[in-house]
Amino acid sequence: MKSEFIPPIGKITQINGQCISLIGNDIDTDRIIPARFLKCVNFDSLGESVFKDDRATLKGRHPFDLEENKNATILIVNSNFGCGSSREHAPQALMRWGIKSIIGESFADIFYNNCIAIGIPCFTLPKKSIQEIQKYNDNKFLFLEIDLKNSLAKSKDLHLNLEIKESSRKMFLSGEWDATSALLENEKLIENKFNDLPYLKFNTHLL
Amino acid sequence: MSKDTLFDKVWDLHKVSSLPGGSDQIFIGLHLIHEVTSPQAFGALKDKNLTVKFPSRTVATVDHIVPTDNQSRPFKDNLAEQMIETLEKNCLQHKIKFFNIGSGSQGIVHVVAPELGLTQPGMTIACGDSHTSTHGAFGSIAFGIGTSQVRDVLATQTIAMNKLKVRQIRCENQLTSGVYAKDLVLHIINKLGVKAGVGFAYEFAGPAINVLSMEERMTICNMSIEGGARCGYINPDEKTFSYMKNKLCAPKNEHWEKALKWWKSLKSDEDSIYDDVIKIDASKIEPTVTWGITPGQSIGINQQIPHLDELSQNDKLVAEEAYEYMSLKPGQSIKDIPVEVCFIGSCTNGRISDLRVAAKVLKDKKVSKNVKAFVVPGSEKVANEAKQEGLDQIFKDSGFQWREPGCSMCLAMNSDKLIGNQISASSSNRNFKGRQGSPSGRTLLMSPAMVAAAAINGKVSDVREFIN
Repeated sequence: MKSEFIPPIGKITQINGQCISLIGNDIDTDRIIPARFLKCVNFDSLGESVFKDDRATLKGRHPFDLEENKNATILIVNSNFGCGSSREHAPQALMRWGIKSIIGESFADIFYNNCIAIGIPCFTLPKKSIQEIQKYNDNKFLFLEIDLKNSLAKSKDLHLNLEIKESSRKMFLSGEWDATSALLENEKLIENKFNDLPYLKFNTHLL
Repeated sequence: MSKDTLFDKVWDLHKVSSLPGGSDQIFIGLHLIHEVTSPQAFGALKDKNLTVKFPSRTVATVDHIVPTDNQSRPFKDNLAEQMIETLEKNCLQHKIKFFNIGSGSQGIVHVVAPELGLTQPGMTIACGDSHTSTHGAFGSIAFGIGTSQVRDVLATQTIAMNKLKVRQIRCENQLTSGVYAKDLVLHIINKLGVKAGVGFAYEFAGPAINVLSMEERMTICNMSIEGGARCGYINPDEKTFSYMKNKLCAPKNEHWEKALKWWKSLKSDEDSIYDDVIKIDASKIEPTVTWGITPGQSIGINQQIPHLDELSQNDKLVAEEAYEYMSLKPGQSIKDIPVEVCFIGSCTNGRISDLRVAAKVLKDKKVSKNVKAFVVPGSEKVANEAKQEGLDQIFKDSGFQWREPGCSMCLAMNSDKLIGNQISASSSNRNFKGRQGSPSGRTLLMSPAMVAAAAINGKVSDVREFIN
């Protein structure tokens, strides 16, 4: 395993790192972290189990096992990455392995939300650009400098205009991607809603 | 942008504020929790020195890790025991209602909440489980969330979320005999693709949906997520209301009358605007079976596994992966493929009507000697009802094992697992690589009736030959 895991905190404006490519569409969260590793009451030891079964099948040839990728922090994926289960264990496992950002053709909804909620910015690029990056990365190290303010990624050979949901981008720049505090600020409004919702009046037996 | 759909109405009703980033703060009317995705959320509450804001709006049960052979405590699996103990402790500490094993109401969270009458029209419902879309069958807006959002719901009863677009899927005409809700939803996912629903809520509508029972509607909404849509729903109608009447937690007496009046006002307007509308002809659908490693890779029972040149560019990569993993060839018939394990259960198809349909096929028949078959009722209530009707005996007489309620081999977090590259006929919802507990295990998704037919013949079969 790598050096000690430090979770992201506060503003995220810049991510610089080496890329790791993982080719395939519809890579689901069961593959990212098989269900047997969900038997835990914290996320601490998930990093070593990321892609456990895919890695075992490829006997050391999986991108997450290659020596040259061991310091990679930016994951390059294809379409519908993270489909399936809502398990936050999936991005938690990726993050604990060392991934800090993901660039892909597209992401599944819940997986994307989970990434944002734990501080992993996810960007999209057209299929052609992703394939070009993956091809480039196939035989060469690729280091990218991601600038969230301008949604740009640069290397010595590449200059990429990344797409990211504006709400996500703003949250990372302001450091408010950990939503709890922003939600708590509206405590009065939440209580008003609780008192106003029609069905909470006729479901009083639950209160 | 959609307008005046049920989704728009429920969303607007629950909107607390517009957040600075541009997403909405949405109030969650009912929060369901289970042992797998909640412990870290309670841990985070403690770290942040927060409490549960409205404990009465969270309800817990235990489902994913429970053994189905012997549920006596402590569980044989120490990790499973630790997870249920953690949930018990958290519920006790935070005064959250917990339907534990033996309560008479434990079971898969998406089976339990509707049968208790907790799931109601017009609510927002969230749970740390992607199949939360199930509850949309009642005209609620229900979706899966991750653990960080479970924490947010516990702490604030709200989450931050971007409003979804709405796609109406109109199912015209009627399903034919031997073709079920499961076949319909597998067909829809195949036609639209597994990622078409990303960013959308799916509204299922049309004559083929209207005639479905509440349990069949739950099967449809349950699998919205397999089409990429984290939320799927059906406008409530008389069937919805009569299903809820007299359920344990449903409104009673004068509250029922008030509730009914409000629920009846809740539906998409005749002239509501959708972001997209798709039509499906239900009468053309055959019993449907998956052949690959995504729920979109399905075909009718009389069709052949597609060749690469029949598929879109986007589907080719995963099709090649599927041929190899499944050891199946393009052009091969799905019918007559031998199966080794048959599983009936899950939040998709583990309800009483699913067990009734399967038992009808199995009555006076025997499971093939090459097949290990087991049925896992979706809840204690389902199990009890089945026993009262004598269904458990029909299953046992046929050679099926009768188990205790839980998620079981849908995701194989307990000891119910495929071994090696065994191939299963399964009434569950996901055929992902390794999903059923063996890294090389293979899953064919189908309706419970089709699983029963496969169990008898020891191979994928057309259930219509049994019932017509």
